Amino acid sequence: MTTYREAMREAMSEAMRADDRVFLMGEDVGRYGGCFAVSLGMLEEFGPDRVRDTPLSESAFVGAGIGAAMVGMRPIVEIMTVNFSLLALDQIMNNAATLCHMSGGQVNVPLVIRMTTGAGRQLAAQHSHSLEGWYAHIPGIRVLTPATVADARGMLAPALADPDPVLIFEHGTLYPTEADLDDDPGAVDGAMDIEHAAVRRRGNDVSLITYGGSLPKVMDAADVLAADGIDAEVVDLRVLRPLDDEAIFSTVGRTHRCVVIDEAWRSGSIAAEISARITEELFWDLDAPVARVCSAEVPVPYAAHLEVAALPQVDDVVAAARQVVGAGA
Amino acid sequence: MSHTERDHTVGSHSDDGHINKMDLYEQMLRIRQFEERCVELYSATRIRGFLHLGIGQEAVAVGVVGALDRADRVVASYREHAHALVKGVPAGDVMAEMFGMSEGCSRGRGGSMHLFDVQRGLFGGNAIVAGGLPMAVGLALGDVMRPGGEVTPPGTDGDQPSAGHGNGGDRADRPVTMCFFGDGAMAEGEFHESVNLATLWDLPVIFVCENNLYAMGTALRFSHAQTDLALRASSYGLTSWAVDGMDVVASRRAAMRAVAAVRNGAGPHFLEMRTYRLRAHSMYDAERYRSRDEVRHWRKRDPVRVMAADLVAEGICTDEDLAKLDADVMAWVDEAVAFAEAGTLEPVGDLTRFVTAEDTSGGAS
Repeated sequence: MTTYREAMREAMSEAMRADDRVFLMGEDVGRYGGCFAVSLGMLEEFGPDRVRDTPLSESAFVGAGIGAAMVGMRPIVEIMTVNFSLLALDQIMNNAATLCHMSGGQVNVPLVIRMTTGAGRQLAAQHSHSLEGWYAHIPGIRVLTPATVADARGMLAPALADPDPVLIFEHGTLYPTEADLDDDPGAVDGAMDIEHAAVRRRGNDVSLITYGGSLPKVMDAADVLAADGIDAEVVDLRVLRPLDDEAIFSTVGRTHRCVVIDEAWRSGSIAAEISARITEELFWDLDAPVARVCSAEVPVPYAAHLEVAALPQVDDVVAAARQVVGAGA
Repeated sequence: MSHTERDHTVGSHSDDGHINKMDLYEQMLRIRQFEERCVELYSATRIRGFLHLGIGQEAVAVGVVGALDRADRVVASYREHAHALVKGVPAGDVMAEMFGMSEGCSRGRGGSMHLFDVQRGLFGGNAIVAGGLPMAVGLALGDVMRPGGEVTPPGTDGDQPSAGHGNGGDRADRPVTMCFFGDGAMAEGEFHESVNLATLWDLPVIFVCENNLYAMGTALRFSHAQTDLALRASSYGLTSWAVDGMDVVASRRAAMRAVAAVRNGAGPHFLEMRTYRLRAHSMYDAERYRSRDEVRHWRKRDPVRVMAADLVAEGICTDEDLAKLDADVMAWVDEAVAFAEAGTLEPVGDLTRFVTAEDTSGGAS
């Protein structure tokens, strides 16, 4: 069995063994072993030039990754959490995502930025938010949200091969999850798809569309619904930008009912975007309004019971799905 | 393009340490006349958007950028016409960019503030104050880390993984990255993060602060508790000099020294170029924040006029030579304008081109 954390580490180590242009930099990635132990042991294998500890200067080291990428390197920049990435938002938005267009195609930025996202670990309001939807607003970057061990293992190689910036969001609760990668050879052959959503469970009655750290909860909810005789389909978006419209329209076109589950706040969220696209495209195919299960509109609180209340939970997904299929709340 | 490159660019780069005053003067004159024409074209609504002129600051670009080789890299601010021209971007390409034409150096997508010519080492005008510094640190980091250390022509780097881990190659061949910004940028966190990082990692960067005494309309003394910017930068442990940026010869000498040191592995340098913007911040500026007397005082140090007088006084040229040069440069600007006028508009159908790279089919959108 391999954990999500190990899968990401193996993906990085493999990439660095295969290509001298790839290196890792970020806060405490080296001597400390990574804030979440993702890069543990990599300093010993690759040395301090290629597993590069940085000062607490998010803007400078993200910008350094952009510059190095433009002159031939393939940097992996780790930012501890999405909340801290706001200190580098200028570099991500105004440079990484913009330089190619603004220069008339003269430069491109083949940079991978990894960061943790999400709540559920009682880390309170400055370490728990889900801001990946904000990044998915920006043209010029690709946004990946690996939710499975196989995706954690397999998405990095194609991300590094992408000529444009790729942001990888790793939900903090997923790091200890385990799977047997032998079951998924696609994860290790470097040819993982970073274009499409994946159907994680087939079903006919309602489509549950989600991504990242919410996927395990939604799979549990589908089990509960199945016991009630409701056959839910679970779609893992995997890629928030560009969105896989075809997968979204295909599942909802078949089930005619949809719940979007997103740990971000409801207002202005990727869930809102998905709901809007479904309404634009499939309005006459819907048997019920699209429902959303999102976080309460509060900064994520510390106390366990408050945090649980703030986040989408299995029961919330079950209740929303029942409502949508007309089975009562 | 019908022009030869020599005809179309501002001038030659520095050679083996020899400083040719006449050549420096000619380059400054070209920039001055080019920008004076930009004002007219702005009034004629041929150029739109924000237009920031460096009139009065020509000695910095000519002195400092001119100390670089073609393979060296420049990251500039939004007041960067002069830097582009000195780095060798043809004047017609710059003018066409300001006209919003396909033939512009950024295909009409950047305008005055975002001139790019990666083949000539110009990595853009950056209009986020201090936003170019982190990227400049990265260009230098990439130059040091790139396996094999071969100087890959920018923008055409091979996509093949290389075999064997290099050491950055021969230092003498390593490009130097020069990053320009104003005094206002030193109030931004990105300045401090970047200078610290470059010094910590000993990277081949020259940070060039064009201190023209105003962050748009806010005087140095209203922005900075410590107004000695070279002193302040030196606290990061890098070599830091203050230079008379109105003196093109002094600027060139300082820059040549810094470039040689950085190329030889002496680590990053900081140059505070003390200069003055003789015109408005941009085209809409009532200049309420400074007195006419102050501007009049600085006009006495106008680097172009002062040098013209010096050249005649030193017997290097005559008034007639200067008049002829004036006419030649005027014709050179005319050519650039004609090139821009003859430009074509980028098809609207290509609006979303270059949002992602075009060299593979796998780009994000």
